[in-house]
Amino acid sequence: MTLYLFYILSFVAILSGLMVVFSKSPVYSVLYLIVTFFAIAAHYVLLNAQFLAAVHIIVYAGAIMVLFLYVIMMLNLNKEVEPHKPIAVKFAAVIAGGILLITLVGAMRSTQSLSKAENVNSQIGLIENLGTVLFRDFLLPFEISSVLFLAAMVGAVMIAKKDKN
Amino acid sequence: MESSFIIGKFILAACVFGLSLFVAMYSTYFERKIAAFLQDRLGPNRAGPFGILQPLADGVKMFMKEEITPIVSNKWLFIFGPSLAMLTALMTGAVIPWAPTYVNGDTYFPLQVADINIGVLYLFGVVSIGVYGIMIGGWASNNKYSLMGALRASSQMISYELAMGLSIIALVMMTGTLSVREIASQQIGWHWNVLYQPLACLIFIICAFAETNRAPFDLPECETELVGGYHTEYSSMKLGFYLFAEYINMFISSAVISTLFFGGYNFPLIYNYVTDPFWVSVVGFAVMMSKTLFFIFLFMWVRWTLPRFRYDQLMHLGWKVLIPLSIINIVLTGIGMWLTDKI
Amino acid sequence: MNAESNALDFLPIFLTFLVAAGFVVTTMFVTHILGPKRHTKIKDDTFECGIEVQGNARNPFSIKYFLVAILFVLFDVEVIFMYPWAVNFKQLGALGMVEMFTFMAIFVLGFIYIIKKGALDWD
Repeated sequence: MTLYLFYILSFVAILSGLMVVFSKSPVYSVLYLIVTFFAIAAHYVLLNAQFLAAVHIIVYAGAIMVLFLYVIMMLNLNKEVEPHKPIAVKFAAVIAGGILLITLVGAMRSTQSLSKAENVNSQIGLIENLGTVLFRDFLLPFEISSVLFLAAMVGAVMIAKKDKN
Repeated sequence: MESSFIIGKFILAACVFGLSLFVAMYSTYFERKIAAFLQDRLGPNRAGPFGILQPLADGVKMFMKEEITPIVSNKWLFIFGPSLAMLTALMTGAVIPWAPTYVNGDTYFPLQVADINIGVLYLFGVVSIGVYGIMIGGWASNNKYSLMGALRASSQMISYELAMGLSIIALVMMTGTLSVREIASQQIGWHWNVLYQPLACLIFIICAFAETNRAPFDLPECETELVGGYHTEYSSMKLGFYLFAEYINMFISSAVISTLFFGGYNFPLIYNYVTDPFWVSVVGFAVMMSKTLFFIFLFMWVRWTLPRFRYDQLMHLGWKVLIPLSIINIVLTGIGMWLTDKI
Repeated sequence: MNAESNALDFLPIFLTFLVAAGFVVTTMFVTHILGPKRHTKIKDDTFECGIEVQGNARNPFSIKYFLVAILFVLFDVEVIFMYPWAVNFKQLGALGMVEMFTFMAIFVLGFIYIIKKGALDWD
């Protein structure tokens, strides 16, 4: 049962992932990306990582994609088709994508031995357990992330807001 | 996994769906009746006795109207917008416990569609997806008014989502759980959360008004500036979906407010008089519904009493008043619990 | 408190989705069939208060909405970070409270900066 669900969800995720790339209109790309995020959130649910699934929906699908949609709506979309890039650019894109793929496959191969762990606590992904781990063992990264947010806020204001004088 | 479990849950989901539709339909009727009452008019009174069949007549009219799709619009997204708005509105009710769990010997049937560990986060997830229904519909219309309305609506919804999320944190600090069923059952008797978290409750109610785009936060459909806002170009049942989704959201928001802050299905002394498990569930459901209906009335009362905000006032209230207030509330709650040795 | 919880808890949500999606699709289909269809050029044009349509709505809009969206993303992540803490508040104790208040102090610092810079002024 879980295995079939896994295959169906993976199929949805990959198909909508491809549609993100192949859609002509950027708005459709964003919508397909949201579908991909939902499929991945469902994967998290299957792994019993419920908090992560909720975060994935709220932050990625609900917040970052709203920002993406704003950016795309700000573009001038009157031309229905996107302009054709020169052949050299396409060639460079294929090479860059291929290198990324090789890196990812290489990274996956080296982690294969780790996935055999059998006595993993199935409740580790619940919010109570996650919170305990986050605020006891990973306290320093958590506190440092607040500095990151501060920098991001300053950056956002600098980009979008001009000083009056 | 027993098939009886799935069938039971499916029937329950269908019941909650039917309940949402029914309450939303009659909310439109009572909205007009209450507006009439507040303005010393009669309100709808032609369709059936006291106009009680008015919602049905409206529904049939919506179905029979011509569907107009502007030539320059984006056809599929134009249909997708209202569908998504309706879909998210109908999905929210899944985590609300409508009555105490029915326990009779070995029979154990929770009157809640989905009892998940992260119920509160589920609510936020669905709310955050609800923004797309309006945004996509308004953008796909390819109309300037619709675009402005959609932008205002989405900006307003995401701003108030933050204050809403922050106000709930103070509540979660006290309850120690995100499961809506547990939050409801903790408030047995007089232990309603509103007595411990009045500020969080107030902020949450204000944000619920803004999230449902109800007056005094109904700027997205501010007819004096934007014609009809994001649904200017819509007609027939597509328009009906947008209007109807608003009423369903209002119903579900009222149910969430009563569950999180006003004890849900709990009422003081109720278990002293009612012991039969069947009647406990029935009375619990009745209590829950009367609280919910009161908040629906509050929504309408406010709409026909307060004037609309200006957009800068709305943003000022959301970002510079409600967010700092909720942060102060979190700090006060933390210190208060520390001083009273709750932690 | 740490009740067992698994992916099966989410099945009813999927069932709710099926009910809701079924209703939405059926209704959209029925309303498409039922209504009359009489197209005229002016009726199918965009509504612009009765005057002739000038251009379309695919224009850039105010950057303030964009700034609100960026700040929303940042704040949303911070709010989400607070949930695991709030759930465990009683277990983490006073130390946990100090940890979170440190985090929130830096968050409030950024917030004050945003307000001082006037990024949220809607003028």
